Amino acid sequence: MKRALYFLPLAAFFALAGYFGWGLTRDPSKIPSALIDRPIPEFALPELAGAGRPALSTAAIKGEVALVNVFASWCLPCKVEHPIFMRLARERVVPIHGISYKDKAEDSRRWLADLGNPYTAIGWDFDGRVAIDWGVYGVPETFVVDRTGTIRFKHVGPITPEILDRQILPLVERLRRAS
Amino acid sequence: MTLRRIGFALLFAAFGAAPAWAVLPHERLADPALEARARALSLELRCQVCQNQSIDDSNAPLAADLRRIVRERLSAGDSDPAVLDFVVRRYGDYVLLRPPVREDTYALWYGPFAVLILGAVGAAVYLRRRRPDAQAAAPALSEAEEKRLRALLERRE
Repeated sequence: MKRALYFLPLAAFFALAGYFGWGLTRDPSKIPSALIDRPIPEFALPELAGAGRPALSTAAIKGEVALVNVFASWCLPCKVEHPIFMRLARERVVPIHGISYKDKAEDSRRWLADLGNPYTAIGWDFDGRVAIDWGVYGVPETFVVDRTGTIRFKHVGPITPEILDRQILPLVERLRRAS
Repeated sequence: MTLRRIGFALLFAAFGAAPAWAVLPHERLADPALEARARALSLELRCQVCQNQSIDDSNAPLAADLRRIVRERLSAGDSDPAVLDFVVRRYGDYVLLRPPVREDTYALWYGPFAVLILGAVGAAVYLRRRRPDAQAAAPALSEAEEKRLRALLERRE
């Protein structure tokens, strides 16, 4: 009995080492969003001139389960995830709203002309002020917003097929079924 | 002589230069009191991009945006806690370089002291227990040893 007590420090050490070891496997650049389960910010962005899509505002997002994607033409990972959004738009899986972040309007427009435009509505956030209200700290970022305009999920970095199939699409389904 | 002067001048230029802050001149507020508060608040806020720098230190564009927002809020009459809260609402507690003392951060703030106290108590208990044991366990001196001990002690006196 007393013997067992002597092993307590060792056990405590291994518990701590295990915990810290687990901590090392986590990516410190991924910060959980403070906005999960909170309403989307109140905002109204101008349209992206020449993109042929309506402007984006709080009211435009509410009413339907939707994705909100923050992108920029200067952002390489945005280019990586773009085909996924193109497919979602083609198959009409879920509406995707775009926020063009700190990008010249003509650059964004040309980028969309080259790669395709999957967005239902696009807001042009040239100075990045609205993005801060969304808690954006690096592009691309993608949010899942439910019908009531509540943010349910956020992904920082490019969407991969795995994240789409395992996290985003099931969540969209769930949110649609929940009245 | 002139060479030495040039040398000194170069040294001065290298080490005597004002520290380069990331805060750019055009970002500063005209009111020195407000600007001082803005600087103090900026030191409390973590830059999300280069995570161990404050937004005061960081050259990242996002840090510049946040510095501007801090100044905007202060100019609009916000108190210091209101400004911090404004940023925390968007980016979470993680932006605070000094985490708040709250129930869920007690372990963070007080954990090390708890471990220290626990260790001290453990060490004290261990040492207290060991001492009488050690005395009891020492074998009694034989007659010859007693004699020798007495002889040694007497010699010293």
